[in-house]
This record gives sequence, C-alpha cells and structure tokens, in this order.
Amino acid sequence: MEFLTDILRFMKQRKKWWLAPVIIILLLLGILIVLGGGSALAPFIYTLF
Amino acid sequence: MNILGISAFYHDSAAALVINGQVVAAAQEERFTRKKHDPGFPKQAVQYCLDYAGLRLADIDAVVFYDKPLLKFERLLETYYGFVPKGLRSFMTAMPVWIKEKIFLKRLIRSELAEIDSDGAKTVKLLFPEHHLSHAASAFYPSPYERAAILTLDGVGEWATASICLGEGSHITILKELHFPHSLGLLYSAFTYFLGFRVNSGEYKLMGLAPYGNPTAPIVDEYVQKILTTLISLKDDGSIWLDQDYFDYATGLKMVNADKWEALFGIKQRQPEDELTDAHCNLGLAIQRVTEEVVLRMAQEAKRLTGADAICLAGGVALNCVSNGKLQASGVFRNVFIQPAAGDAGGSLGAALAAYHIYFKQPRQVAPSLDALQGSYLGPEITDADTERVIRKYHAVATYLSNEALSSTVAGILADNNVVGWVQGRMEFGPRALGGRSILGDPRSEDMQKKLNLKIKYRESFRPFAPSVLAERVSDYFDYEGPSPYMLLVHPVAKDRRRTLPNNYHALSLRDKLYYERSDMPAITHIDFSARIQTVHKETNPRYYALIEAFGQKTGYDVVVNTSFNVRGEPIVCTADDAYRCFMRTEMDYLVVGNFLFDKRQQPAWQDTDNWKEEFVLD
Repeated sequence: MEFLTDILRFMKQRKKWWLAPVIIILLLLGILIVLGGGSALAPFIYTLF
Repeated sequence: MNILGISAFYHDSAAALVINGQVVAAAQEERFTRKKHDPGFPKQAVQYCLDYAGLRLADIDAVVFYDKPLLKFERLLETYYGFVPKGLRSFMTAMPVWIKEKIFLKRLIRSELAEIDSDGAKTVKLLFPEHHLSHAASAFYPSPYERAAILTLDGVGEWATASICLGEGSHITILKELHFPHSLGLLYSAFTYFLGFRVNSGEYKLMGLAPYGNPTAPIVDEYVQKILTTLISLKDDGSIWLDQDYFDYATGLKMVNADKWEALFGIKQRQPEDELTDAHCNLGLAIQRVTEEVVLRMAQEAKRLTGADAICLAGGVALNCVSNGKLQASGVFRNVFIQPAAGDAGGSLGAALAAYHIYFKQPRQVAPSLDALQGSYLGPEITDADTERVIRKYHAVATYLSNEALSSTVAGILADNNVVGWVQGRMEFGPRALGGRSILGDPRSEDMQKKLNLKIKYRESFRPFAPSVLAERVSDYFDYEGPSPYMLLVHPVAKDRRRTLPNNYHALSLRDKLYYERSDMPAITHIDFSARIQTVHKETNPRYYALIEAFGQKTGYDVVVNTSFNVRGEPIVCTADDAYRCFMRTEMDYLVVGNFLFDKRQQPAWQDTDNWKEEFVLD
C-alpha cells in the first residue's frame, strides 16, 4: 500500500522511528473514533490540522 | 513543461498553472463555488486552468500540492504527545479528519482529479513541497530580483510558522525557521479572535481598526508591554516565544484562554457584532505595533544572514500592508516585493514554481520589469457574449460603448459622485481587487466611505477604502515614490493634502473620528492619514489606467477609490452574472462589464428579497 511505503520512508528520512508505536496506537484509536461515527468536519477555530 | 499547483483542505483553496516557468493561469476556488475561503478541493479552479491553456490532465508533468501532509501529521502527533493529557477533545476531533482523508492525501487528490480526467489522474506525478517553501517560491520566483532575501510568515504550515530564505537564480536556501506553536500569525489571529472578529478573515479588520487606537495614550504602551512581557518573548532576531498558558490553539478548539486574557488586559472578550470601544481600538493598535516590531526584526535578521538588497514576502502575515509599509519605509532593504496572493491560495502558485525550478531543475528567467505576475490578472475573462447572455437572462438594459467613449463616460459618472461596479479583463488572483473586479468611487467625496460601507458593501462603518493611483503620479498624492501594484503597502497621504486635526482628535469617539475630513481625498484617507496604495500601470491594466487618466482630466485627481466587487461575506464576483446580481442587490449606481454600461435606473425591478444577505456567512 502506497501510504505505508510513504510513512515508512518518511520515518526513515526524518529518523523518527520512535513515532512508529505512537502512530500505530493513534491510528488504531483514530480508527475506533471513525468507527464510532466521529465527524470528519473539523470545528477548529483555526484550521491548524 | 506543464505544472499544476494546488492548495486545498485548509482554507483558500486554489489552483495555478505554470507552463515552461511562466504563470499562465491561477484562481481561487471560492470565486467559482461562491463560498468564501472555500477549503474544498479546487476542482473548478483546476478545470479553469486546464481550459485556459487548452490542456488535459494527461498533458501535465506534475500536480504539486502546497504542503507535506505527513510532516503536518508528525507535528500534530508530537504536539498532542507533548501536551498530553491536555488536548484529548481536540485529538478526538482532529483524528477522524486525518484518518478518513488527510493522511491518505495522495489517494484523495487522485480521486478528485479523476472527476476531471480519469485517465490523467491515474498516472500524473504528485509532488509535495513544504508549505513555507511554497510560500517562499511564490514570492521569489515571480519577483524581479536575481538575488533576494525571502521572509515567509503565516499561522503555521507543517512545523514552520516563519522562515528566512535566500533566493539566488533558480535556487532557494532555507536559512532559519520558527516552529509551531510559536507563531506571529497565530498571535495576530489570537487578538483577532479576542476582539470578536473571525479568525482567518477578520485579521484585515483588526488591521483597519488599529489606527482608531490613541497613539499617544499611555494605555497603548501598557498593552504593548503586557504583550511583550507576559504573552510573548521577543528575541533580537525577531523570533518569538508564546506562553502557551495564555493560548488554546495547540490543543484546544479556541484561540486563547479568555479568562487569562481578560485578567491581563482588563477587557472582556468582545463578541462578534458587539459595539467597538476605545479599549478594543487601543488593544488593536498595541498588537499592530508588536507585529510591526517583530516583522522589522525578522527582516533585519534576514538582511544580516543574506546581505541582499531586496526582500520578497509571502505568507498570510505579508497581507498586513501596514507592517509592509513600515518595513519598506525602514530602508532595511532597498526593494520589497510582496506576492499578491500571499496567503494559502498563493501556495498553489509557489508549489508549482518550486517544482519547476527545484525538482525539475529548470532555469529561471528573471522578470525584466515589475514582476512576472502580469498584474495578478490570472483568472477567467468575461467575453461580450457572456455579458449578452446575462442581459437576455435578466432582461437588463445596457449600452455598448466604444473603447474611446468608455473611459471618458465612466470618468464623468464617477466625478458625479456615483458608485460604479467595474468588471474588466481577467479576474485577479489573490484577495485584492485591482481594477478587474472592483467597485469604484470618487476619492474627493465626503460621504463616499459611509455610502460604500453601509449601502453597497453592508460592512462595518469603520473600515477604510483604498486608492488606485496612476503609477507615475503616486508621489503627487502620497508620501511614497515607487510601485505598489498589489495594494499591499500602506503609506501616508502627502503632507500638503492633509487637514489640520483638532486638539481633541484622539479623544473623539470612533464615529466622530471616522467622519472628520482629514484630507482633500477623505474617502481614501484613513484615520491616521494612511492609505493602502495601488499604483496602476499602463503595461498591466491599460483600460483601468485610461479610466483613471480620464478621471484626472475631468477632476484634477489621478486617483479613484477601489474596493473589491462583493458584499460582506461574499467572494469577489467572477462572472458577469455574479456582477449583475451584486449590482442589483446593492445601491450601486452603475455597472460596467467590458464595454457594456448598465444604469441602475434603467434596469427592471429586482425580484430578490432581503434574504439574499443570508446567503453569505458574515466574515
């Protein structure tokens, strides 16, 4: 999958392997949130994200 | 080589097309969808760019998105990680957006492009330069300089919130960056928010409000000191550190911790549409002064690092034309060039140019005269056939004038104190109307500002209007000599044109100050004698130039009032249909589209009710 290749390349280039477990856990959490029906519209005052 | 740049998914989506290094077309999506600051994928803007050049997606060598999504995701994760357990709610809100869409941006872009051209979308190369590199490229490559310092300033890109670069030939070297959450753009937006304006669009209003503050009042200095000692720490090189105890944007859903701000400044947070008080104006003046100081220090640091004679500016903060004017007047750099679409829309243009010169290693031809942006008239054009369709659709009444008669007739109409919608040639790229999609008036008129604000634009009465002046005559009217084609520099009205102010001027109420006649061009002289100047050049907009010249022959003034052709909350008009609708809904007196002249008194009754105002969310 192109996305996984990209993210592996990204971590290698940025030398941020320590982010890998964080990303995995957050992605899993995120998937739960998505499955829980969270809105994909961000109500942020400033669109930082 | 054909390169398509795209900015999208945050605010001010846009597309720009670069062919062999030349910017051929660029437009913001909001102009087509009629949704201000539209963040969606710029499908119609892309379609326009391709149609304009007669290309298909399959002819495009690369589609370039204006930032790096994974780097932004890294910032997001590290920010939450750094602030945990704070920010859970924000995290819960942000994650679905990322998991559903933004992290899979390549797929998302391809699927959006497939709706335009499914074959081309599958194979086209996708590139992702950094956000601030896109800004830097948007300012440097079209500039008329072979070598220049580049200063980019905005809310935030991936990590960077400001950068100093050196541009040389076709190379850009990043020399220094300021990183999130410390950001001049976010600091200014925090004040915009606290003073009851909308973040990402109300910054202009704050800038316009600041001069209403009392420049001699000790409270302004007190506010400045509070900002510099409590909210932020300002270093010699212009970098700033924001005390996150006072801000909420990093992990929350608001810009500031209002309780702390109210305690610090002794002012309640202003709600939108609340009455503006002296305290609000003084606080606005204080943050404007701080902003100018930060920009000046950053520019001095850029000078120290590069030794260049010229500086190029981009990023949302570069739309602060008061600060730009101060930087120019400081003389730190001999020449200043500001990208007209300095905000995120211009990122699309910069991304395309960065790919062309940096990724594809193509040489750069330095613009010989003003710059390579052709006056920023890069958007769609209206043909006579389009206007005729609108005339038939609305049973409108219009007179077709010859080119010779047009300037002199419209100049006469303006001189009779009428308000004229002026739609000519290609639409401007960027937030300013520069004589392509403008509303014009007589700068000598005492009631023009009030009329334009309250009866035409339906916006706050305190907001100032800008002058368009013949480039060769600028110093006759203003304390300024030089080009300012994009209305991004503020300079004072010439001393001999100013009226003497009464001793109690600064003690007057906002309204009394507003209607005090400050010069012989009251409609464009702001409260502090300043004006946001647009110099009009024969080479880039001959028709607008001819109009102002004709107005000068009739009145002795080579200046007109120029404001964008829209009402509050509405994107600037794009088509003849948009223009006619806006004309009929407001108290505008005349409309000119190409060579067609519409007189309001001759038009059939307009059927709209007042509900149309609800069509646009107030900015």
